[in-house]
Order: sequence, then C-alpha cells, then structure tokens
Amino acid sequence: MSDPRELYQQVIIEHNKKPRNFGDLEACTHHAHGLNPLCGDDIVLKLVVEDGVVRDIRFTGHGCAISKASSSLMTVNVKGKPVAEAEVLVEQFRAMIRGTLDTATDPNDLGRLSLFQGVRDLPSRVKCAVLPWATLHSALHGEAVVSTE
Amino acid sequence: MSTVAAPLDVQKIRADFPTLTTPFHGKPVVYLDSAVSSLTPLPVIERMAHYQSFEHTNVHRGVSTLSQEATDRFEEAREKVRALINAPSARQIIWTRGTTESINLVAQTYGRQNVHEGDEILLSAMEHHSDIVPWQLLAEERGARIRVIPMNDAGELILDGLDDLLTERTRIVGVTHVSNVLGTINPVKEIIRRAHAKGVPVLVDGAQGVPHLKVDVADLDADFYVFSGHKLSGPTGIGVLYGRKSLLESMPPWHGGGSMILSVTWEGTTFAAVPGKFEAGTPPIAQAIGLGAAIDYVRALGLDRIAAHEHDLLLYATERLKAIPGLRIIGEAREKASVISFVLEGIHPHDIGSILDHAGVVVRAGHHCAQPVMTRFGIPATTRASFAYFNTRADVDALVSGILNVQEIFS
Repeated sequence: MSDPRELYQQVIIEHNKKPRNFGDLEACTHHAHGLNPLCGDDIVLKLVVEDGVVRDIRFTGHGCAISKASSSLMTVNVKGKPVAEAEVLVEQFRAMIRGTLDTATDPNDLGRLSLFQGVRDLPSRVKCAVLPWATLHSALHGEAVVSTE
Repeated sequence: MSTVAAPLDVQKIRADFPTLTTPFHGKPVVYLDSAVSSLTPLPVIERMAHYQSFEHTNVHRGVSTLSQEATDRFEEAREKVRALINAPSARQIIWTRGTTESINLVAQTYGRQNVHEGDEILLSAMEHHSDIVPWQLLAEERGARIRVIPMNDAGELILDGLDDLLTERTRIVGVTHVSNVLGTINPVKEIIRRAHAKGVPVLVDGAQGVPHLKVDVADLDADFYVFSGHKLSGPTGIGVLYGRKSLLESMPPWHGGGSMILSVTWEGTTFAAVPGKFEAGTPPIAQAIGLGAAIDYVRALGLDRIAAHEHDLLLYATERLKAIPGLRIIGEAREKASVISFVLEGIHPHDIGSILDHAGVVVRAGHHCAQPVMTRFGIPATTRASFAYFNTRADVDALVSGILNVQEIFS
C-alpha cells in the first residue's frame, strides 16, 4: 500500500463513524463473541436466521476503524442473504485478505467489500479486518467465542 | 545528582544505531518506541559478535583457559550491573531471561515459601501484566488474595491508604518504578519505607526505571529490583534479579539442573550459594556480556545527561501534543519519565499507529500489557510515544505532523 489513504477511504471512515446495524439484538438464533486479545478489538455479533436466510444481524463492541467498518459493511452485505451465500462471502473475504483472491481479476461477489483489499499489505491489521468475518463464521457454526490470535 | 555538563551530542550518538541511519521505505525512521524495546547501538552488537567469534565456550565449567576467560567476561558483566544499581555485592545479581522471569522467580520461590491461605499480595494499580499474572497464579494456588494500591486521574498512586492496605497478612508488595503506560515515576523509596515499617518486603519492577533513572537499590532499600537488558540498549534474552542477601539465601531454588548444585547423589542434592542457586543450566552468556557493554555505553554518555535530555524532550513533546485539538494525554503525573500515552477523539490507536507507521514514525498502539490501567481510565487502548537519548526535537515534530495527518484523513 503506497498511501494509507488508499485503505482509509471515505467509505471506511464513514462506516467507522456511523456503523450500520450497530446495537443489540434481543431475540437471536445465533451469536458469537470475537476477540483480538493482542489489540483489544472486541465484537459481539447476533443474528436471526429463519428458513436458511439471515433475516437480521447486529453487532456491538469496540475496535479500530478497520474492524468497525468491516463489521458494518459485513452486516450490510449479509443481511437478507441465504446462509450459504454469507458463507461464500466469508471465504472470499478471507481469500482477498490472504492475497489468494484479487478482486480486480478473479470472479467474486465482494462488491464494495473489495475496499478492504489494501489490508493485505498491512499484516498487522489483517486480524482487525477479518475479526467480524471470523465471528460470523463462528456464530453460524455454533461456536460461542472466537479469537483471531 | 551531579551537575549536568555538556549536553549529549545526539547526532554522533545516532550514528551508532543502524536502525536510525538506514532508510525504511525510503524514509528515515523516527523511533519513538524505546519503552517496548530499545535499539541496540553498534558497540553492543560488536561486543557480542566479538565474544561469540573469539571468546565463546561455556562458563563455570572445566579448566580450559578459554572457559576461564569466558567466565571472567561473564562475571565482569555481573559486576557492571552491580555498579549500575549500586548493589552491595555482585553475588546479589542473578541473571534471568528478563523482567518477567525475574518476577516469576520471586513468586515461585519467595512467594511459595511465604504466601499461604488468606495472605495478601499488594500491587499497584499501574503494574504491567508481568507484575500481575505471576502473583495471580501464586494467589490462586495458595488461596491468597491480591490487593491494589489505587491511583488518581493524573496517574499517580494514592498513598493515603497505604498503611491500611499493608495488613498483618501482606506478604509482599509489587510496584513499578516507572509506569510503562503513564510514564509516572513512583515514590518507591517512600513505599518501601512504609512497607518495611510493617515488616513487608517490596519488589520493584525496574523495566522502565533503569532506562530513564539513576537507580540506587541500597538507597531505595529495595528487597528485590528487576529489569530487562533489552530496554537498556542491550539484547533480548537477558534480565536481572537483584535481591536482598538474606532473602536470596533463605529462598529455595527454582529451576534445577547443572550449575546450581554443590553436589548431587541419588540420595539428594546440596545447592550452590547465591547467585548460582538460581542459575540452572547454561546461561545466555553473549547476552550478559552484551548487557555489560550496554551499561558501559549509557554510563559513558552519562546517566544524568541522558535524564536531562529526555526530560527536555518530555516537556517539548507534552507542550506540542497538548496543543493538538482532540488529543488527550493519559498520565499527567508531576514526576514523569519520557513516556507519553495519548488518545485522539474518535480515532482508535491502531489506526493512528498504522498511519504513523507509514510516515516512518514508530510508536506503540494497544493496551501495553497493562489492561487494568486501560480499564482504570475507561479506554480500550492508547498510542504511546517513548523517548530515548538518541531522539531529537525533530522526532517530536515528525510525530506531531503525523498526528495532524491522521486527523485530516479521519475528518
């Protein structure tokens, strides 16, 4: 990444300031707690899944702009989608951050989530971007706590 | 404190640090992270390379000339540590892997010998995890409890209630000399005096003390004083436990093995005298000699001159940082070393750290292994800049313009 501005684009800054789907969800079918012990990012994710579709999803917690914007954009992209499609996004997002999927050349469904591609050049921040996705994966698979360390 | 002579020739000093003279991503490195680990000057690196190239074999073993000379160099380094902290005898200097191991050693020997069910361990509210977790492990094992000396909003320990916190069940006090987060210099001499009045020994965590202060364990009357080589311009993997002679002699050994014995039979073992009793196995020899060279290096610069230079940087950085709107310094103790933690309104420290890193400014962002301090101030993390003798006012300026750039990106 030549300039941090490439990563800290307006969309990420804006989602950090006004995260979507932020707050508690009283009645949920799935939930998980994601932690980055090293840096202190902390997210609680709750979902309502009905008939194999993510009807609702909300998150609480605190973290850096990367983790917060990643959480916010994730909820926007997953809400209303079948669980199977959400799982595909989890895999594609992780592949993008790992550098095995290039959003410019490889077929993918990431859309605006490709904003986070720059994180792959910031090894120390990879865990921040991936935390909400790892937490979503855990929630869908019935694991209560996930750590990305 | 002696009169400060000429100021440090910082440009000459900087030439000793390859990290500072080698551009990174095309930019000079502004290293403001000495509190996490200090950079190593060339004389220290060269001394270790020389030892490993020409002088190395094992120490305290055999009759070869080489072994005797390696032992002599190793023991000379111990004497350098003794002189640095004005310990009565080099036999009271025990080599460890670092501050963390030193504290674990005390917890597992003195602690297991003296802390029993219902007893209390008194720690300050600003301890590093390395001076919390070893005691928690001990307390858990023994059914003892941890009590805490509180601090005020400026990051100073509140000592009004200290005499009440020191009860007949208190078995040891653990307090940091200088807070790694807040920079606070604690009045350890007073704490030790008041603890001794109740017959309680005190362990001082000097990891951030020795890099910034002239330490005199005899004057402090410390029972244990611990620190790491790598925060004092030395290598990693070497640390120090200083202990009061009577305590070291009455404590049981910790690790068993070679070097720490007088004689071994199938019926039993008798142990070596202090410090050998606590130094099982082959020690980190090059690292000990490297720490000795680091002590020579900082003493040649002058501990008083280093303190004066760092104090100037602390005042200048404090003034410049405070002028930034939305920036709040965490830790405003009256007695402070050159460590500054801060938060920026609406911007997480990790984002600050990443953007500063891109500008070549190396700081620490996170909880600094002191989560109870973060909890005390109601924040998840801070950004921390720490200043050493090789830093300049230009480094402070680079930090300030980097922070302004962060605010612009987030505006």
